[in-house]
Amino acid sequence: MSATAKPIANTRSVTGIPTARLITWWVIASEIVIFGGLLAAYLMHRLGHPEWAASASHTNTWAGAFNTFVLLTSSLCAVLAHKAADALDGPRAARLLRLTALGGVIFLTVKGFEWTTDIREGFVISSGGFWSYYYTLAGLHGLHVLAGAVIMLIVASDAAKNRELQRVECIGLYWHFVDIVWIFLFPLLYIAR
Amino acid sequence: MSEQVQHAGHDHPEPGFFLKYCWSTDHKMIAMQYLFTGMAMAMIGGFLAYVFRMQQGFPNHYVPGFGLVTPGRYNEVVTMHGTIMIFWVAMPVLIAAFGNYLIPLMIGCDDMAFPRINRLSYQIFLLSAIVLLGSFLVKGGAFGGAWTAYPPLSASGAYNLTPIGATLWLLAVALEFVAFLLGGINFTVTVMNSRAPGMKMFDIPILIWMIVLATVIFMASAGPLIAGAVMLLFDQTMATGFYDPVRGGDPLLWQHLFWFFGHPEVYVVLLPAMGIVAEIIAVFARKKLFGYKSMLYSTWGVGILSFVVWAHHQFVAGIDPRMANVFTVTTLLISIPVAELVFLYIATLYGGSIRLDTPMLWALGFLAEFLIGGVTGIFLGSSGTDIYLHDTYFLIAHFHYTFVPIAIISVFAGITFWYPKMFGRMMNETLGKIHFWGTVIPFNVIFIPLFMTGMAGDQRRIYSYAQFAEQSRPALQHLRTTSTIGLLVMLSFQLIFIFNFFWSMRNGKRAEANPWRSTTLEWTVPSPPPHGNFAELPTVYRGPYEYGLPGRADDYWPQNAPN
Repeated sequence: MSATAKPIANTRSVTGIPTARLITWWVIASEIVIFGGLLAAYLMHRLGHPEWAASASHTNTWAGAFNTFVLLTSSLCAVLAHKAADALDGPRAARLLRLTALGGVIFLTVKGFEWTTDIREGFVISSGGFWSYYYTLAGLHGLHVLAGAVIMLIVASDAAKNRELQRVECIGLYWHFVDIVWIFLFPLLYIAR
Repeated sequence: MSEQVQHAGHDHPEPGFFLKYCWSTDHKMIAMQYLFTGMAMAMIGGFLAYVFRMQQGFPNHYVPGFGLVTPGRYNEVVTMHGTIMIFWVAMPVLIAAFGNYLIPLMIGCDDMAFPRINRLSYQIFLLSAIVLLGSFLVKGGAFGGAWTAYPPLSASGAYNLTPIGATLWLLAVALEFVAFLLGGINFTVTVMNSRAPGMKMFDIPILIWMIVLATVIFMASAGPLIAGAVMLLFDQTMATGFYDPVRGGDPLLWQHLFWFFGHPEVYVVLLPAMGIVAEIIAVFARKKLFGYKSMLYSTWGVGILSFVVWAHHQFVAGIDPRMANVFTVTTLLISIPVAELVFLYIATLYGGSIRLDTPMLWALGFLAEFLIGGVTGIFLGSSGTDIYLHDTYFLIAHFHYTFVPIAIISVFAGITFWYPKMFGRMMNETLGKIHFWGTVIPFNVIFIPLFMTGMAGDQRRIYSYAQFAEQSRPALQHLRTTSTIGLLVMLSFQLIFIFNFFWSMRNGKRAEANPWRSTTLEWTVPSPPPHGNFAELPTVYRGPYEYGLPGRADDYWPQNAPN
């Protein structure tokens, strides 16, 4: 089979769930346990170390709040893109996906300024327990934002030509997952005292 | 109907060597890549076992083919033996090779749902194996902090003396997990969505069920260890303080993350092995598998319970004794569904018309040897006795009585059973039987003495007992030497298998499509199956174990036969 021909296995749908959506859910499930393990470790240690609150007070809550707003808004664009794809309006879906990716870029830019400030003030990844978790958790999440934005642009370039529209929903699902992880990270890293 | 039309489009010119063997998306070729890589790694792992058993049997003598085993080299060799045998032999052969080969054939479709993800999975796996083997060559040598990589030993090069090897080890394990997550997700989606028309949930062969459940357990348990591995990597390279108490970390955290994965992992490799044995027992007992649904429900029970037993590895690590009680109870509970599975196999055998061909010998060998592994596990799972037996050779012997049946015996069962399908030739039965007895008897000679030395107090991971007055116990040396001789005999009998494996590829008797007269779909296609597997995609009419039916001309009823 040439690389582009799909096997019949790919076209069947015994469960009634389209194969692309099904595999997206499984990817998300396997990601949930990665973040879940890290978050559980952080929570247990945070509860055991009340003194970490002093470190946590140095994080920039307003930057975090702004980023939360940006990510949630970008998720709205992802939903609208899915709606457009359902209506078979590929170009509109592509425009909305690019807007979503722009949200990811803004998020990462704010993050970059934040981390620069933190590092200038002397808080680096080896500065203590809280900072180790802070950079690892936010960094792993940031990588997911970056990967999501890149994939989104690839899906958008296909969608603009009305190709592979089922992927619009899948990348949207993934983006919501990345969003939800942040909803956990923001209060736990920025607000909790 | 549209399926058949598309299928006709699969005819294509023969690809070149590189495209055929290295860049193929065909599930059968990827399975072969996994199988041969796994077999090569098994030889390396076996060689490492030879090195450290020689050191134990004949302490501080020159080991032929290796040299003098210094304490540091000893640590490297035992660490890499454990790592390779679990992550680079058991996982790729049992799950990836058999899963890749059999899933599309047994559920009646032409390939995996995502063939290119499948290819990527193997490529990442190969990269991980190269990184791991490459770590032998770096300054300081391969990682020497034991396959469980407990910090602070693993977190700092100043402690383990293998700083680069430790980091490469972590990278290799992480890459390997990525490979198996990709492959596992693909397996699960394929079985959920791509089954032949008519194949309902309870018409799926048990082996396929077991592989899918194993991959789901793997997916659910590997995540925390991936996170933990990232943290350990940062501890090693960026001086973070996750695990090292000096930097405010907690070494127990790693043990929790590692064993939250590590114990389900036992069942990740056990379930496919159990599945292989189930298929073989049904075929060679010519009898319907006893209690198909009970088997599934027991397996689900094993899967769920496997997530709440991990702390039995940490009874002496300083966890709360009340917690130890809880984990003792859950650990003993999990033996109930596992025992149920074994009883179901025995019930299948009862009253069957048993044929003792080589695959069946291996399957029965699995049951007998795994039973010993399971029963000795009770002593280690109870916190009271574990405090005495922990980290002794009793544990080593128990572990190998579970893992050798899983990763060696059931794999031989599977290879000898599906060899005709894979290569279109029959293996030599006489050589197969010699190899069986030459493997199983020495296997017991290796590990029964180790139960005894363990109960007498021999600690594991000691490179030479003579160096430690309180560990020396010269009276046990003949047991240690017996074990080593057992290993030498067992390893030399593997040459017979290797000869039989490659010789039969060219000179074996040609295999017909269904040499074992089996019911499942992979036996309805020619041996070896052509590209795209089925000339006409099958429809399934009944369950996979219809044997010994009265009133029918044949004693078996293939899943795809309309009547």
